[in-house]
Amino acid sequence: MNGEAVFFTLFTVSACLGALAVVVSQNVVRMAFWLIICLGSTAGLFFLADADFVGAVQLLIYVGGTLVLLVFAVMLTSSGPYVKIETSPGEVILAGMIGLLFLFMVIAAQTGIDWEGTGSRIAEASEIDPPDGTFDTGAEGHTLRPIGMSLLGLRPDRGAAASGTLFTGYLLPFEIVSVHLLVVLVGAAYLARAKRRREA
Amino acid sequence: MQPSLSGYLLIGAVLFTCGVVCMATRRNAIGVLMGVELVLNGANVNLVAFSRYTTLGIDGQIYSLFIIVLAAAEAALALAIALNFYNNHLTIDVDKASSLKG
Repeated sequence: MNGEAVFFTLFTVSACLGALAVVVSQNVVRMAFWLIICLGSTAGLFFLADADFVGAVQLLIYVGGTLVLLVFAVMLTSSGPYVKIETSPGEVILAGMIGLLFLFMVIAAQTGIDWEGTGSRIAEASEIDPPDGTFDTGAEGHTLRPIGMSLLGLRPDRGAAASGTLFTGYLLPFEIVSVHLLVVLVGAAYLARAKRRREA
Repeated sequence: MQPSLSGYLLIGAVLFTCGVVCMATRRNAIGVLMGVELVLNGANVNLVAFSRYTTLGIDGQIYSLFIIVLAAAEAALALAIALNFYNNHLTIDVDKASSLKG
């Protein structure tokens, strides 16, 4: 059993247990804590899958940014100490059963597919060259340069000159997503601006 | 166990299901938001696994980066709406948000 398998098992167990604990626990602050565990071990899984930049972004933005935002919202919207917001047990049992059924359906669907054959058939049908090893795409996790260049609109990893097909990068989606983020943050600041609370 | 495509897909399925159940059962609006984060994270695990184990290349990782950015934007806007709702109704219970119900 090598180190990769050990870490994969460790991160798998902690991610799944963290997700289950998010569902089970009733306290919102504890939910946030278990969500940190779950997202952190998912970042570890990303590192194991040679996606080092995505793992780092997951740690920085999700665990460092979004969850701090969630914890601030929990503090700002806390109800009184005797106010309990809980779901009735019948609904919890029903949702758990439906969730288990859905999980079994998804697992049955994904174990019934021959992923290797499907991947090679897709590669044949779409006439796309598999990524050449010029930029070490994913082989050892040097993903920073390919990701940065494709966000600028270039695809050095696809060998466009050899196959004669033009592979465009992701410059337009990148611009759209950045303008979208700007608009959303301005809108959020407008919505959450301080104003006098209405007398209840 | 060795890392494999089906192992990653299994983790993605578990995260997705937990997120959906969390979204369905919570009455606290912040809890519903945490369920949404879990669902998006399960999708991210799938994309990164396909990027590693198929001929997809780095396209899957770029899509997962877009998902992370959109999730951050969604969380900021939804929390602003939740704060506004709390300012107006003095509660965060989503079942109380029935002003528009006919």
